[in-house]
Amino acid sequence: MDPRAPESSPPPPGEPPPHALRLDVALQLLGQSGLASLQGEAGSVAWLQELIDALVDLSSRDALTGLANRRTFELALAREIDRVARSGEPALLLTLDIDHFKRVNDTHGHAAGDLVIRAVGQALADTVRPMDLVARMGGEEFSIVLPNCPAAFGPQVAERIRVRVAQTPVEVTPGQSITVTVSVGGAFAPQWVRTTPRLWMDRADVQLYRAKSDGRNRSCLEPAAVSLVSAEEKGLLFASTQFQDFT
Amino acid sequence: MSGARITAVTSGKGGVGKTFVSANLAAALSRQGERVLVLDADLGLANLDVVLNLYPKLTLHDVFTGKTTLDDAILPAPGGFSVLLAGSGMIEYSRLTPEVRDQLHDVIVKVRPRFDRVLLDTGAGISDVVLYTVSLADEVLIVATPEPTSLTDAYATIKILAASQTPRPMHLLVNQTQRPGEARAIRHQLQQVIDRYVNVGLSSPLQLDLVGDVPLDAAVRDAVLRRELLLETAPGSLAAQAIVAAAARLIGR
Repeated sequence: MDPRAPESSPPPPGEPPPHALRLDVALQLLGQSGLASLQGEAGSVAWLQELIDALVDLSSRDALTGLANRRTFELALAREIDRVARSGEPALLLTLDIDHFKRVNDTHGHAAGDLVIRAVGQALADTVRPMDLVARMGGEEFSIVLPNCPAAFGPQVAERIRVRVAQTPVEVTPGQSITVTVSVGGAFAPQWVRTTPRLWMDRADVQLYRAKSDGRNRSCLEPAAVSLVSAEEKGLLFASTQFQDFT
Repeated sequence: MSGARITAVTSGKGGVGKTFVSANLAAALSRQGERVLVLDADLGLANLDVVLNLYPKLTLHDVFTGKTTLDDAILPAPGGFSVLLAGSGMIEYSRLTPEVRDQLHDVIVKVRPRFDRVLLDTGAGISDVVLYTVSLADEVLIVATPEPTSLTDAYATIKILAASQTPRPMHLLVNQTQRPGEARAIRHQLQQVIDRYVNVGLSSPLQLDLVGDVPLDAAVRDAVLRRELLLETAPGSLAAQAIVAAAARLIGR
Protein backbone atom coordinates (compact mmCIF):
# COMPACT_ATOMS: atom_id res chain seq x y z
CA MET A 1 0.00 0.00 0.00
CA ASP A 2 1.26 3.47 -0.85
CA PRO A 3 0.44 5.71 2.11
CA ARG A 4 0.68 8.84 -0.01
CA ALA A 5 -2.02 7.85 -2.42
CA PRO A 6 -5.11 8.75 -0.34
CA GLU A 7 -3.68 12.14 0.64
CA SER A 8 -4.08 13.49 -2.87
CA SER A 9 -7.82 12.87 -2.97
CA PRO A 10 -9.47 12.34 0.42
CA PRO A 11 -12.64 10.34 -0.13
CA PRO A 12 -15.95 11.67 1.20
CA PRO A 13 -16.74 10.60 4.80
CA GLY A 14 -18.10 7.09 5.05
CA GLU A 15 -16.72 6.10 1.65
CA PRO A 16 -13.91 3.57 1.50
CA PRO A 17 -10.57 5.21 0.62
CA PRO A 18 -9.22 4.52 -2.86
CA HIS A 19 -6.62 1.91 -2.12
CA ALA A 20 -6.43 -1.86 -2.11
CA LEU A 21 -7.91 -2.41 1.36
CA ARG A 22 -11.57 -3.38 1.44
CA LEU A 23 -12.87 -1.58 4.50
CA ASP A 24 -16.56 -1.18 3.72
CA VAL A 25 -17.74 -4.06 5.93
CA ALA A 26 -15.50 -2.94 8.78
CA LEU A 27 -16.84 0.61 8.57
CA GLN A 28 -20.42 -0.69 8.43
CA LEU A 29 -19.85 -2.82 11.53
CA LEU A 30 -18.40 0.11 13.44
CA GLY A 31 -21.24 2.37 12.34
CA GLN A 32 -23.83 -0.22 13.39
CA SER A 33 -22.25 -0.80 16.79
CA GLY A 34 -22.22 2.93 17.52
CA LEU A 35 -18.54 2.90 18.40
CA ALA A 36 -16.50 6.10 18.25
CA SER A 37 -16.48 7.74 14.86
CA LEU A 38 -13.01 7.98 13.36
CA GLN A 39 -11.23 11.30 13.73
CA GLY A 40 -8.20 11.20 11.43
CA GLU A 41 -8.06 11.90 7.74
CA ALA A 42 -9.62 8.97 5.91
CA GLY A 43 -6.97 6.62 4.56
CA SER A 44 -4.12 8.07 6.62
CA VAL A 45 -2.04 5.78 8.78
CA ALA A 46 -3.50 7.41 11.90
CA TRP A 47 -7.00 6.80 10.57
CA LEU A 48 -6.23 3.15 9.81
CA GLN A 49 -4.82 2.72 13.31
CA GLU A 50 -8.01 4.20 14.73
CA LEU A 51 -10.03 1.86 12.58
CA ILE A 52 -8.04 -1.15 13.80
CA ASP A 53 -8.34 -0.01 17.43
CA ALA A 54 -12.08 0.35 17.03
CA LEU A 55 -12.33 -3.15 15.51
CA VAL A 56 -10.22 -4.59 18.32
CA ASP A 57 -12.47 -2.91 20.84
CA LEU A 58 -15.52 -4.28 19.06
CA SER A 59 -14.18 -7.84 18.98
CA SER A 60 -13.20 -7.76 22.64
CA ARG A 61 -16.68 -6.86 23.90
CA ASP A 62 -19.87 -8.77 24.37
CA ALA A 63 -22.46 -7.30 22.01
CA LEU A 64 -25.40 -7.43 24.44
CA THR A 65 -23.82 -6.05 27.61
CA GLY A 66 -20.77 -4.16 26.36
CA LEU A 67 -18.72 -6.10 28.94
CA ALA A 68 -15.54 -7.96 28.05
CA ASN A 69 -16.26 -11.16 26.14
CA ARG A 70 -14.85 -14.61 26.80
CA ARG A 71 -11.89 -14.09 24.48
CA THR A 72 -10.78 -10.94 26.27
CA PHE A 73 -11.38 -12.50 29.64
CA GLU A 74 -9.21 -15.53 28.95
CA LEU A 75 -6.39 -13.25 27.84
CA ALA A 76 -6.76 -11.19 31.01
CA LEU A 77 -6.76 -14.36 33.10
CA ALA A 78 -3.51 -15.55 31.52
CA ARG A 79 -1.94 -12.16 32.21
CA GLU A 80 -3.14 -12.30 35.80
CA ILE A 81 -1.65 -15.77 36.26
CA ASP A 82 1.70 -14.45 35.06
CA ARG A 83 1.43 -11.52 37.42
CA VAL A 84 0.52 -13.71 40.39
CA ALA A 85 3.37 -16.09 39.61
CA ARG A 86 5.79 -13.19 39.75
CA SER A 87 4.37 -11.02 42.49
CA GLY A 88 2.74 -13.61 44.72
CA GLU A 89 -0.27 -11.33 45.16
CA PRO A 90 -3.55 -13.12 45.71
CA ALA A 91 -6.10 -12.94 42.89
CA LEU A 92 -9.69 -14.13 42.96
CA LEU A 93 -11.71 -15.54 40.09
CA LEU A 94 -15.49 -15.49 40.47
CA THR A 95 -17.86 -17.23 38.13
CA LEU A 96 -21.57 -16.39 38.27
CA ASP A 97 -24.70 -17.79 36.76
CA ILE A 98 -28.19 -16.28 36.85
CA ASP A 99 -30.49 -18.65 38.74
CA HIS A 100 -33.46 -20.13 36.85
CA PHE A 101 -32.81 -17.91 33.87
CA LYS A 102 -34.87 -20.16 31.62
CA ARG A 103 -37.94 -19.24 33.67
CA VAL A 104 -37.36 -15.55 32.89
CA ASN A 105 -37.27 -16.34 29.18
CA ASP A 106 -40.26 -18.67 29.37
CA THR A 107 -42.39 -16.31 31.45
CA HIS A 108 -41.45 -12.90 30.10
CA GLY A 109 -39.95 -13.60 26.68
CA HIS A 110 -36.47 -13.40 25.26
CA ALA A 111 -36.41 -9.61 25.06
CA ALA A 112 -36.97 -9.57 28.84
CA GLY A 113 -34.20 -12.15 29.18
CA ASP A 114 -31.85 -9.80 27.34
CA LEU A 115 -32.83 -6.93 29.63
CA VAL A 116 -32.10 -9.09 32.67
CA ILE A 117 -28.69 -10.08 31.34
CA ARG A 118 -27.87 -6.43 30.68
CA ALA A 119 -29.03 -5.34 34.12
CA VAL A 120 -27.06 -8.07 35.88
CA GLY A 121 -23.97 -7.16 33.85
CA GLN A 122 -24.39 -3.53 34.84
CA ALA A 123 -24.89 -4.44 38.52
CA LEU A 124 -21.68 -6.50 38.46
CA ALA A 125 -19.72 -3.73 36.78
CA ASP A 126 -21.05 -1.25 39.37
CA THR A 127 -20.04 -3.45 42.31
CA VAL A 128 -16.39 -4.15 41.54
CA ARG A 129 -13.26 -2.01 41.65
CA PRO A 130 -11.91 -0.29 38.54
CA MET A 131 -9.05 -2.79 38.22
CA ASP A 132 -11.40 -5.80 38.27
CA LEU A 133 -12.56 -7.21 34.97
CA VAL A 134 -16.15 -8.33 34.46
CA ALA A 135 -16.96 -10.47 31.43
CA ARG A 136 -20.00 -12.14 29.98
CA MET A 137 -18.84 -15.65 29.15
CA GLY A 138 -21.97 -16.56 27.22
CA GLY A 139 -25.65 -17.19 27.95
CA GLU A 140 -26.43 -16.18 31.52
CA GLU A 141 -22.89 -16.77 32.75
CA PHE A 142 -20.46 -14.10 33.89
CA SER A 143 -16.93 -14.12 35.27
CA ILE A 144 -14.93 -11.59 37.23
CA VAL A 145 -11.22 -11.55 37.91
CA LEU A 146 -10.14 -9.51 40.91
CA PRO A 147 -6.39 -8.84 41.09
CA ASN A 148 -4.77 -8.26 44.45
CA CYS A 149 -7.77 -9.48 46.44
CA PRO A 150 -6.69 -10.74 49.88
CA ALA A 151 -8.10 -14.16 50.77
CA ALA A 152 -9.91 -12.78 53.81
CA PHE A 153 -11.99 -10.43 51.62
CA GLY A 154 -13.01 -13.11 49.11
CA PRO A 155 -16.27 -14.16 50.78
CA GLN A 156 -17.24 -10.52 51.44
CA VAL A 157 -16.69 -9.55 47.82
CA ALA A 158 -18.65 -12.54 46.52
CA GLU A 159 -21.53 -11.82 48.90
CA ARG A 160 -21.59 -8.11 48.06
CA ILE A 161 -21.97 -8.99 44.39
CA ARG A 162 -24.65 -11.59 45.06
CA VAL A 163 -26.69 -9.22 47.26
CA ARG A 164 -26.35 -6.38 44.79
CA VAL A 165 -27.86 -8.48 42.00
CA ALA A 166 -30.68 -9.71 44.23
CA GLN A 167 -31.53 -6.09 45.09
CA THR A 168 -31.51 -4.83 41.51
CA PRO A 169 -35.02 -4.67 40.03
CA VAL A 170 -35.22 -5.07 36.25
CA GLU A 171 -38.10 -3.45 34.39
CA VAL A 172 -38.96 -6.15 31.86
CA THR A 173 -42.11 -4.45 30.55
CA PRO A 174 -43.32 -0.94 31.34
CA GLY A 175 -44.49 -0.98 34.94
CA GLN A 176 -43.40 -4.57 35.57
CA SER A 177 -40.15 -5.20 37.42
CA ILE A 178 -38.63 -8.51 38.41
CA THR A 179 -35.52 -9.45 40.33
CA VAL A 180 -33.21 -12.36 39.70
CA THR A 181 -30.55 -13.98 41.83
CA VAL A 182 -27.12 -15.34 40.99
CA SER A 183 -25.06 -18.23 42.26
CA VAL A 184 -21.39 -17.42 42.67
CA GLY A 185 -18.38 -19.73 42.70
CA GLY A 186 -14.87 -18.55 43.40
CA ALA A 187 -11.27 -19.74 43.55
CA PHE A 188 -8.04 -17.93 44.28
CA ALA A 189 -5.07 -18.20 41.97
CA PRO A 190 -2.44 -20.19 43.75
CA GLN A 191 0.34 -17.84 44.76
CA TRP A 192 3.87 -18.26 43.42
CA VAL A 193 3.16 -21.12 41.09
CA ARG A 194 1.96 -21.18 37.52
CA THR A 195 -1.43 -22.49 36.64
CA THR A 196 -3.53 -22.32 33.49
CA PRO A 197 -6.64 -20.22 32.82
CA ARG A 198 -8.55 -23.46 32.14
CA LEU A 199 -7.59 -24.99 35.48
CA TRP A 200 -8.42 -21.83 37.38
CA MET A 201 -11.81 -21.59 35.70
CA ASP A 202 -12.49 -25.27 36.39
CA ARG A 203 -11.88 -24.71 40.09
CA ALA A 204 -14.20 -21.71 40.21
CA ASP A 205 -16.80 -23.75 38.28
CA VAL A 206 -16.63 -26.55 40.83
CA GLN A 207 -17.57 -23.98 43.48
CA LEU A 208 -20.36 -22.59 41.27
CA TYR A 209 -21.88 -26.07 41.00
CA ARG A 210 -21.63 -26.34 44.75
CA ALA A 211 -23.50 -23.03 45.14
CA LYS A 212 -26.15 -24.26 42.69
CA SER A 213 -26.63 -27.61 44.36
CA ASP A 214 -26.72 -26.02 47.81
CA GLY A 215 -29.86 -24.18 46.72
CA ARG A 216 -28.73 -21.23 44.51
CA ASN A 217 -28.62 -17.51 45.40
CA ARG A 218 -25.44 -18.09 47.37
CA SER A 219 -21.69 -17.87 46.99
CA CYS A 220 -19.15 -20.64 47.54
CA LEU A 221 -15.41 -20.12 47.56
CA GLU A 222 -12.84 -22.85 47.35
CA PRO A 223 -11.51 -23.65 50.79
CA ALA A 224 -7.93 -22.46 51.10
CA ALA A 225 -6.16 -25.50 52.48
CA VAL A 226 -6.42 -27.88 49.55
CA SER A 227 -3.59 -30.02 50.85
CA LEU A 228 -5.58 -31.18 53.86
CA VAL A 229 -6.53 -34.81 53.59
CA SER A 230 -9.92 -35.52 55.12
CA ALA A 231 -10.76 -38.59 57.16
CA GLU A 232 -13.02 -39.64 54.30
CA GLU A 233 -10.15 -39.50 51.84
CA LYS A 234 -7.89 -41.44 54.16
CA GLY A 235 -10.66 -43.99 54.55
CA LEU A 236 -10.76 -44.57 50.81
CA LEU A 237 -6.97 -44.45 50.51
CA PHE A 238 -6.60 -47.29 52.99
CA ALA A 239 -9.83 -49.03 52.03
CA SER A 240 -8.16 -52.23 50.95
CA THR A 241 -5.99 -52.65 53.97
CA GLN A 242 -2.49 -53.97 53.51
CA PHE A 243 -2.93 -53.50 49.77
CA GLN A 244 -3.83 -56.98 48.70
CA ASP A 245 -2.02 -57.93 45.56
CA PHE A 246 -4.13 -57.71 42.53
CA THR A 247 -3.21 -58.73 39.11
CA MET B 1 10.50 -26.81 24.14
CA SER B 2 14.17 -27.48 23.54
CA GLY B 3 16.73 -28.81 25.97
CA ALA B 4 16.39 -30.89 29.07
CA ARG B 5 13.21 -32.53 30.25
CA ILE B 6 12.80 -31.33 33.80
CA THR B 7 11.58 -33.89 36.28
CA ALA B 8 10.75 -32.82 39.82
CA VAL B 9 11.28 -35.58 42.36
CA THR B 10 9.11 -35.00 45.39
CA SER B 11 7.44 -37.01 48.11
CA GLY B 12 5.49 -35.05 50.67
CA LYS B 13 6.89 -37.05 53.56
CA GLY B 14 10.61 -37.04 54.26
CA GLY B 15 12.72 -40.14 54.78
CA VAL B 16 11.18 -42.19 51.99
CA GLY B 17 14.41 -42.37 50.01
CA LYS B 18 13.76 -39.46 47.66
CA THR B 19 17.38 -38.37 47.42
CA PHE B 20 18.55 -41.98 47.17
CA VAL B 21 16.14 -42.50 44.28
CA SER B 22 17.15 -39.23 42.58
CA ALA B 23 20.85 -40.08 42.67
CA ASN B 24 20.50 -43.66 41.50
CA LEU B 25 17.88 -42.80 38.90
CA ALA B 26 20.32 -40.18 37.57
CA ALA B 27 23.01 -42.84 37.30
CA ALA B 28 20.61 -45.21 35.52
CA LEU B 29 19.46 -42.47 33.13
CA SER B 30 23.11 -41.59 32.35
CA ARG B 31 23.87 -45.21 31.55
CA GLN B 32 20.96 -45.19 29.15
CA GLY B 33 22.55 -42.30 27.31
CA GLU B 34 21.04 -39.17 28.82
CA ARG B 35 23.08 -36.19 29.94
CA VAL B 36 21.67 -35.76 33.42
CA LEU B 37 21.93 -33.02 36.02
CA VAL B 38 20.63 -33.50 39.54
CA LEU B 39 19.82 -30.18 41.13
CA ASP B 40 19.57 -30.31 44.88
CA ALA B 41 16.54 -28.11 45.39
CA ASP B 42 16.18 -29.04 49.05
CA LEU B 43 17.44 -25.61 49.88
CA GLY B 44 16.91 -25.80 53.62
CA LEU B 45 18.19 -29.29 54.38
CA ALA B 46 20.27 -30.40 51.46
CA ASN B 47 21.74 -33.88 51.64
CA LEU B 48 22.55 -34.95 48.12
CA ASP B 49 26.19 -34.25 48.99
CA VAL B 50 25.91 -36.76 51.84
CA VAL B 51 24.34 -39.44 49.66
CA LEU B 52 27.05 -39.01 47.03
CA ASN B 53 29.90 -38.50 49.47
CA LEU B 54 30.87 -35.23 47.85
CA TYR B 55 32.48 -32.30 49.58
CA PRO B 56 31.75 -29.49 47.21
CA LYS B 57 33.72 -26.29 47.41
CA LEU B 58 31.21 -24.56 45.20
CA THR B 59 27.45 -24.80 45.56
CA LEU B 60 24.18 -23.28 44.49
CA HIS B 61 24.61 -20.93 47.40
CA ASP B 62 27.73 -19.49 45.78
CA VAL B 63 25.88 -19.15 42.49
CA PHE B 64 23.03 -17.31 44.19
CA THR B 65 25.39 -14.93 45.95
CA GLY B 66 27.45 -14.36 42.82
CA LYS B 67 30.62 -15.89 44.27
CA THR B 68 30.93 -18.30 41.39
CA THR B 69 29.53 -19.05 37.99
CA LEU B 70 27.03 -21.75 37.26
CA ASP B 71 29.64 -23.57 35.17
CA ASP B 72 32.01 -23.87 38.08
CA ALA B 73 29.33 -25.08 40.46
CA ILE B 74 28.13 -27.92 38.23
CA LEU B 75 30.21 -30.91 39.37
CA PRO B 76 30.69 -34.42 38.02
CA ALA B 77 29.16 -37.10 40.26
CA PRO B 78 30.31 -40.72 40.57
CA GLY B 79 27.48 -42.18 38.49
CA GLY B 80 28.41 -40.33 35.29
CA PHE B 81 25.95 -37.50 35.79
CA SER B 82 26.34 -33.91 36.96
CA VAL B 83 25.19 -32.34 40.19
CA LEU B 84 24.47 -28.87 41.41
CA LEU B 85 24.50 -29.07 45.17
CA ALA B 86 22.69 -26.75 47.51
CA GLY B 87 25.38 -26.90 50.16
CA SER B 88 25.19 -25.58 53.64
CA GLY B 89 24.30 -21.99 54.32
CA MET B 90 21.20 -22.29 52.21
CA ILE B 91 18.91 -22.11 55.21
CA GLU B 92 18.31 -18.47 54.41
CA TYR B 93 16.83 -19.65 51.11
CA SER B 94 14.39 -22.04 52.70
CA ARG B 95 11.70 -19.37 52.48
CA LEU B 96 10.32 -18.49 49.11
CA THR B 97 11.16 -14.87 48.50
CA PRO B 98 11.03 -13.19 45.08
CA GLU B 99 14.85 -13.41 45.03
CA VAL B 100 14.86 -17.17 45.59
CA ARG B 101 12.22 -17.61 42.89
CA ASP B 102 14.11 -15.55 40.37
CA GLN B 103 17.41 -17.26 41.19
CA LEU B 104 15.96 -20.76 40.88
CA HIS B 105 14.12 -19.90 37.70
CA ASP B 106 17.27 -18.36 36.28
CA VAL B 107 19.34 -21.46 37.06
CA ILE B 108 16.78 -23.73 35.37
CA VAL B 109 16.69 -21.57 32.26
CA LYS B 110 20.48 -21.67 32.04
CA VAL B 111 20.96 -25.42 32.57
CA ARG B 112 18.08 -26.53 30.36
CA PRO B 113 19.93 -26.28 27.01
CA ARG B 114 22.94 -28.19 28.30
CA PHE B 115 21.37 -31.44 29.49
CA ASP B 116 18.85 -34.02 28.33
CA ARG B 117 17.31 -34.30 31.77
CA VAL B 118 17.33 -32.29 34.97
CA LEU B 119 16.15 -34.01 38.14
CA LEU B 120 15.00 -31.51 40.73
CA ASP B 121 15.44 -33.16 44.10
CA THR B 122 12.97 -31.14 46.16
CA GLY B 123 12.78 -30.89 49.91
CA ALA B 124 10.33 -32.88 51.97
CA GLY B 125 6.96 -31.44 52.78
CA ILE B 126 4.66 -29.23 50.72
CA SER B 127 6.24 -25.87 51.49
CA ASP B 128 5.98 -23.00 49.06
CA VAL B 129 9.60 -23.61 48.01
CA VAL B 130 8.75 -27.21 47.12
CA LEU B 131 5.61 -26.17 45.24
CA TYR B 132 7.49 -23.49 43.38
CA THR B 133 10.30 -25.89 42.46
CA VAL B 134 7.78 -28.43 41.18
CA SER B 135 6.08 -25.71 39.13
CA LEU B 136 9.31 -25.32 37.15
CA ALA B 137 9.26 -28.95 36.02
CA ASP B 138 7.82 -30.61 32.92
CA GLU B 139 6.79 -33.70 34.85
CA VAL B 140 6.57 -34.86 38.44
CA LEU B 141 7.89 -38.04 40.02
CA ILE B 142 6.32 -38.82 43.37
CA VAL B 143 8.36 -41.12 45.58
CA ALA B 144 6.43 -42.94 48.30
CA THR B 145 6.77 -45.99 50.48
CA PRO B 146 3.90 -48.35 51.32
CA GLU B 147 3.62 -46.78 54.77
CA PRO B 148 0.27 -45.08 55.39
CA THR B 149 1.92 -41.80 56.44
CA SER B 150 3.95 -41.69 53.25
CA LEU B 151 0.90 -42.46 51.11
CA THR B 152 -1.16 -39.79 52.84
CA ASP B 153 1.54 -37.18 52.25
CA ALA B 154 2.04 -38.31 48.66
CA TYR B 155 -1.69 -37.96 48.10
CA ALA B 156 -1.73 -34.52 49.72
CA THR B 157 1.08 -33.45 47.38
CA ILE B 158 -0.73 -34.80 44.32
CA LYS B 159 -3.90 -33.08 45.43
CA ILE B 160 -2.39 -29.63 45.87
CA LEU B 161 -0.46 -29.93 42.60
CA ALA B 162 -3.56 -30.98 40.68
CA ALA B 163 -5.56 -28.12 42.13
CA SER B 164 -2.99 -25.42 41.68
CA GLN B 165 -0.55 -26.17 38.90
CA THR B 166 -0.50 -26.78 35.18
CA PRO B 167 -1.47 -30.38 34.46
CA ARG B 168 1.63 -32.42 33.68
CA PRO B 169 2.56 -36.10 33.61
CA MET B 170 2.57 -37.39 37.18
CA HIS B 171 4.68 -40.49 37.83
CA LEU B 172 4.77 -42.64 40.93
CA LEU B 173 7.70 -44.69 42.19
CA VAL B 174 7.06 -46.88 45.21
CA ASN B 175 10.17 -47.44 47.29
CA GLN B 176 10.76 -50.24 49.79
CA THR B 177 8.03 -52.56 48.57
CA GLN B 178 7.81 -55.95 50.21
CA ARG B 179 5.66 -57.90 47.78
CA PRO B 180 5.27 -58.12 44.05
CA GLY B 181 2.13 -56.28 42.99
CA GLU B 182 2.21 -54.01 46.02
CA ALA B 183 3.14 -50.92 43.99
CA ARG B 184 0.37 -51.57 41.48
CA ALA B 185 -2.14 -51.92 44.30
CA ILE B 186 -0.94 -48.65 45.80
CA ARG B 187 -1.20 -46.83 42.49
CA HIS B 188 -4.71 -48.16 42.03
CA GLN B 189 -5.75 -47.06 45.49
CA LEU B 190 -4.27 -43.57 45.04
CA GLN B 191 -5.95 -43.27 41.65
CA GLN B 192 -9.31 -44.18 43.16
CA VAL B 193 -9.06 -41.42 45.75
CA ILE B 194 -7.80 -38.98 43.09
CA ASP B 195 -10.76 -39.81 40.82
CA ARG B 196 -13.20 -39.32 43.65
CA TYR B 197 -11.78 -36.19 45.30
CA VAL B 198 -9.32 -34.51 42.94
CA ASN B 199 -10.44 -35.12 39.37
CA VAL B 200 -14.00 -33.91 39.98
CA GLY B 201 -14.62 -30.99 37.64
CA LEU B 202 -11.11 -30.91 36.16
CA SER B 203 -10.86 -30.64 32.36
CA SER B 204 -7.69 -32.73 32.36
CA PRO B 205 -8.22 -35.46 34.94
CA LEU B 206 -5.02 -36.61 36.57
CA GLN B 207 -3.77 -40.10 35.76
CA LEU B 208 -1.05 -41.42 37.98
CA ASP B 209 1.58 -43.39 36.04
CA LEU B 210 3.52 -46.08 37.89
CA VAL B 211 7.15 -45.96 36.74
CA GLY B 212 8.20 -48.73 39.01
CA ASP B 213 8.82 -50.08 42.46
CA VAL B 214 12.07 -50.57 44.30
CA PRO B 215 11.93 -53.61 46.58
CA LEU B 216 13.18 -53.49 50.12
CA ASP B 217 16.74 -54.73 49.69
CA ALA B 218 19.63 -55.06 52.12
CA ALA B 219 21.93 -53.86 49.34
CA VAL B 220 20.29 -50.43 49.55
CA ARG B 221 21.12 -50.05 53.21
CA ASP B 222 24.71 -51.08 52.53
CA ALA B 223 25.12 -48.58 49.73
CA VAL B 224 23.55 -45.76 51.75
CA LEU B 225 25.80 -46.45 54.75
CA ARG B 226 28.86 -46.56 52.53
CA ARG B 227 27.60 -43.38 50.88
CA GLU B 228 27.89 -44.89 47.45
CA LEU B 229 25.50 -45.32 44.58
CA LEU B 230 23.61 -48.59 44.65
CA LEU B 231 24.15 -48.85 40.90
CA GLU B 232 27.91 -48.86 41.53
CA THR B 233 28.14 -51.06 44.62
CA ALA B 234 25.46 -53.62 43.80
CA PRO B 235 24.40 -53.26 40.19
CA GLY B 236 23.01 -56.78 40.19
CA SER B 237 20.75 -56.28 43.21
CA LEU B 238 16.99 -56.38 42.77
CA ALA B 239 16.71 -52.75 43.87
CA ALA B 240 19.32 -51.60 41.34
CA GLN B 241 17.59 -53.51 38.55
CA ALA B 242 14.29 -51.94 39.55
CA ILE B 243 15.79 -48.45 39.33
CA VAL B 244 17.23 -49.20 35.89
CA ALA B 245 13.78 -50.36 34.78
CA ALA B 246 12.16 -47.21 36.18
CA ALA B 247 14.68 -45.06 34.29
CA ALA B 248 13.86 -46.89 31.06
CA ARG B 249 10.18 -46.24 31.63
CA LEU B 250 10.80 -42.53 32.29
CA ILE B 251 12.79 -42.25 29.06
CA GLY B 252 10.18 -44.21 27.18
CA ARG B 253 7.61 -41.44 27.46
